[in-house]
Amino acid sequence: MNDLTPDRDDRTANLKGIGSARRRVEDARFTQGKGNYVDDIKLPGMLFGDFVRSPYAHARVVSVDTSAAMALDGVVAVLTAKDLEPLGLHWMPTLAGDKQMVLADGKVLFQGQEVAYVVARDRYVAADAVELVEVEYEELPVITDPFEALNSDTVLREDLQPGADGAHGPRRHANHIFLWEEGDKTATEEVIGSADVVVEEMIYYHRTHPCPLETCGCVASMDKVNGKLTVYGTFQAPHVVRTVASLLSGIDEHNIRVVSPDIGGGFGNKVGVYPGYVCSIVASIVTGLPVKWVEDRMENLMATAFARDYWMKGRISATKEGKITALEAHVTADHGAFDACADPTKFPAGFFHICTGSYDIPVAYVGVDGVYTNKAPGGVAYRCSFRVTEAAYFIERMIEILAIELGMDAAELRRINFIRADQFPYHSALGWEYDSGDYQTAWDKALKAVDYDGLRTEQAARVEAFRRGETRRLIGIGLTHFTEIVGAGPVKNCDILGMGMFDSCEIRIHPTGSAIARLGTISQGQGHATTFAQILASEIGIPADKITVEEGDTDTAPYGLGTYGSRSTPVAGAATALAGRKIRAKAQMIAAYLLEVHDDDVEFDIDRFVVKGAPERFKTMADIAYAAYNQAIPGVEPGLEAVSYYDPPNMTYPFGAYICVMEIDVDTGEAEIRQFYALDDCGTRINPMVIEGQVHGGLTEALAIAMGQEIAYDDMGNVKTGTLMDFFIPTTWETPHYTTDHTETPSPHHPIGAKGVGESPNVGGVPAFSNAVHDALRPFGLRQSHMPHDHWRIWKAAHDLGLHG
Amino acid sequence: MIPAAFEYYRPDDLQGALALLHEHGDEARVVAGGHSLIPMMKLRMAEVPHLIDLQAIDALRGITVDGNRITLGAMVTQEEIIAHEGLATLVPILREAALQIADPQVRAMGTVGGNVANGDPGNDMPGLMQCLGATFHVTGPDAAREIEARDFYEAAYMTAREDDEILTAVSFDAPNGGQSYQKQKRKIGDYATAAAAVILTREGEHCTGASIAMTNLSDVPVWAEAAGEALIGTDCGEDAVIAAINAMQEAIDPTEDNRGPVAFKRHTAGIILARAIARAWSRA
Repeated sequence: MNDLTPDRDDRTANLKGIGSARRRVEDARFTQGKGNYVDDIKLPGMLFGDFVRSPYAHARVVSVDTSAAMALDGVVAVLTAKDLEPLGLHWMPTLAGDKQMVLADGKVLFQGQEVAYVVARDRYVAADAVELVEVEYEELPVITDPFEALNSDTVLREDLQPGADGAHGPRRHANHIFLWEEGDKTATEEVIGSADVVVEEMIYYHRTHPCPLETCGCVASMDKVNGKLTVYGTFQAPHVVRTVASLLSGIDEHNIRVVSPDIGGGFGNKVGVYPGYVCSIVASIVTGLPVKWVEDRMENLMATAFARDYWMKGRISATKEGKITALEAHVTADHGAFDACADPTKFPAGFFHICTGSYDIPVAYVGVDGVYTNKAPGGVAYRCSFRVTEAAYFIERMIEILAIELGMDAAELRRINFIRADQFPYHSALGWEYDSGDYQTAWDKALKAVDYDGLRTEQAARVEAFRRGETRRLIGIGLTHFTEIVGAGPVKNCDILGMGMFDSCEIRIHPTGSAIARLGTISQGQGHATTFAQILASEIGIPADKITVEEGDTDTAPYGLGTYGSRSTPVAGAATALAGRKIRAKAQMIAAYLLEVHDDDVEFDIDRFVVKGAPERFKTMADIAYAAYNQAIPGVEPGLEAVSYYDPPNMTYPFGAYICVMEIDVDTGEAEIRQFYALDDCGTRINPMVIEGQVHGGLTEALAIAMGQEIAYDDMGNVKTGTLMDFFIPTTWETPHYTTDHTETPSPHHPIGAKGVGESPNVGGVPAFSNAVHDALRPFGLRQSHMPHDHWRIWKAAHDLGLHG
Repeated sequence: MIPAAFEYYRPDDLQGALALLHEHGDEARVVAGGHSLIPMMKLRMAEVPHLIDLQAIDALRGITVDGNRITLGAMVTQEEIIAHEGLATLVPILREAALQIADPQVRAMGTVGGNVANGDPGNDMPGLMQCLGATFHVTGPDAAREIEARDFYEAAYMTAREDDEILTAVSFDAPNGGQSYQKQKRKIGDYATAAAAVILTREGEHCTGASIAMTNLSDVPVWAEAAGEALIGTDCGEDAVIAAINAMQEAIDPTEDNRGPVAFKRHTAGIILARAIARAWSRA
């Protein structure tokens, strides 16, 4: 050791490992327009597909005449359900155990449904040919209301046997999909029936849509010479797509290669399998040419998977002092025309039963009714774990309403009901084992940061000024303490189409001390290439800058269930750490050999192995990597590689405290976010800059959802919000400043203690924004006003309270 | 979102454009910035087999200030209006309104001529031009003529311009008095939920002249003459403003859409007008 030897801090910094605000390695190409998205893929002879879609929400398809379209120069084929039927592909299974029409088979069930698939030499001819397909429809009664659906004689799904069980048990009505229950119904009813205080409210979480910047699409390419099918697509779960494609097509799985190239945002929209993929694959098999299909924005909003649409009727009971004694939720879930929710198979309502939230609630019951309507299928987890944002919104609204009933401050009501730090691991009344948490500390830090008491004083003064006629603007303080459940999940109870929800990492260390890691997940903007390299850097002592992270090609990457539900870091991140530890174990043996000491006499030190008690005797990881490939070491195989498949023992439970301060104009309904404070506890923080970016993005999507974004239908089932003129995507102009903060409570069961963060801001953000609106009007008697809180709905809430004179 | 095939023309003078219009009749449309017409074509709601682009016609460009008279060529963009120093002084309401149209990208393409000629009730310039008492200049195959902005609009997308005429310019006198354009919208890029253009002249504490126009509250822009009259001779105080709002309510006819129901739009229109009056009065 001398002055030129880097000290330990420098060596640690050089790794850019866990905790480093390492810049995103992906951004160099994205900011220069050098990304490679599905629509950038151009193959020789490639054809283009386009859909004829139903203008009606419910109609019988009397006839489909493709002759005029086929006569158009450049049209290669027009597929209808009749063409797919001999292949058994006119219907396809959904991830939720239902089946879905690929092309209209006798009837259409939602506006925008795929009726015929045109294949042409370019996308312009395809679009012209779509206009030439003549479809005769016979309109049927339309149902857009799930409550009406359960009382209607109109049968939407005539393909289902009346009275026969569905994938999740008995169906009590032709338009009923399932009733899923959790918790102790009788005990809950007893407690509520004899409680000091009970509030009951219907909380609606409206239908919206993930609307990623890049829409869904694929390029299917069947090589008839070698029998290999390659499918490039916007897939959040490429390996699952390969398995499903094999099962559906009968092509052996080794002859299918699925590639997810760069993906421009997914947010759950790109988890499922869409008719466009099936039709493109069939078209490529039939023509022997590559076929590209990329939907446009209106198709994306109208036909691919929506999110939410939960009518949540709740009852919550408490003692006079405010101690919560029971919670009950009955949800009517509008799933649209087919049950195509992307949930783990055994959980048709996802993890909605995390709805006891951050609170120690002794007894609870949840029942969820899935219902068919004439709306697009979906029900995906839009930047949240499965139905967790619905659950968080439900409990955080119920808490606010309970506070009103009790005449208590809502911050204090939360505080006295939190699960205490000493109660973890905590078993919830609805069956979850919360791994860790320290809610009080986070809450106190948040309230102090915003000067909560000062805000309440200012709010009260504003109310007085309003009553005196001096202002028309009110202040709302939106509180939220959320607990997420992410990282699905343990194979014993989490699977999708039978595939356990493990994930994987495979590492190869190159002789000169750099590395490649491949994972079963796929980044859609999360920055995996940046952050997973950081995990490895800390685990194996090779600088993150010398580690390539690769995902998305099923021919090279190990099998994994993909990226959604904040599962990448909890599951694939754990696999990465454990694969790294296998590398390190072998490296230790090599180092000991090189240093001529026993294995137990060397220890890992940042980027090297040192002889215990003699740190000047060491071998760096670069030395060890070189030796692994160039030196015969007795009893040790050459090479330095490892693979790990990680089956998580439990979910992880990130949490956070968000506070939104909003001013609303009671006359115009306009809302201004004055302050937004977001404290996240995602356990071990891998890259604080990436976390901050995730929080900003998620909060902005939460702002959109709470304040205006919706998929709305008229009574005829027409989509009213099918373009970005009406579907709200905030720009920089509408996006407020966010203040981010954190506490750090590592997950006890995760190898590096990380919990996942990408979806927390959406889960916690929506109730924070919504509670702020409600809180502004609370002094005038508002209990519940459904989202989205756009101008006219805020205006109407104020109007109904008599604030317009 | 792919339009049907069309022929594209880019004449370099007005006569060339008029000749093409004459030749193709109903099958031809002129396009200025394209931010209304092109989306309609992509949705296949407008079928335009012959599209005549006016971008290359220099005679349709340019901002002219001749004493008190201002002429804006039809192809002047919103961005050019915003950047023009003389206009900012002479007609501040023009810049104030242009800054509230869509977003910077759209304003770099969107033109005054396209905005006023299309007849879209959501556009901001028609109401503003009615408030200013502007004159629209159109040229047909045989002759040029002038149409007052206040006489131009007949129904949504229906105007006094004949199909074979091209709107070449708008002109108006720089107004005296205080001005304000107030607009409520859901987000950047949206049309108005309600917008009001107000110009007031003032002597001491009395209003001596008033012009008020409302946007996106009927199938045409609404020049609310009676609302203006309700302010003349008053101090633009609370009672006068209420009278103006009541008169304006008589003139508008909003319909329900995703921005909200009729009652909300009427309420908002009143609030926005009150704010525009207050702002204009403070500047008068």
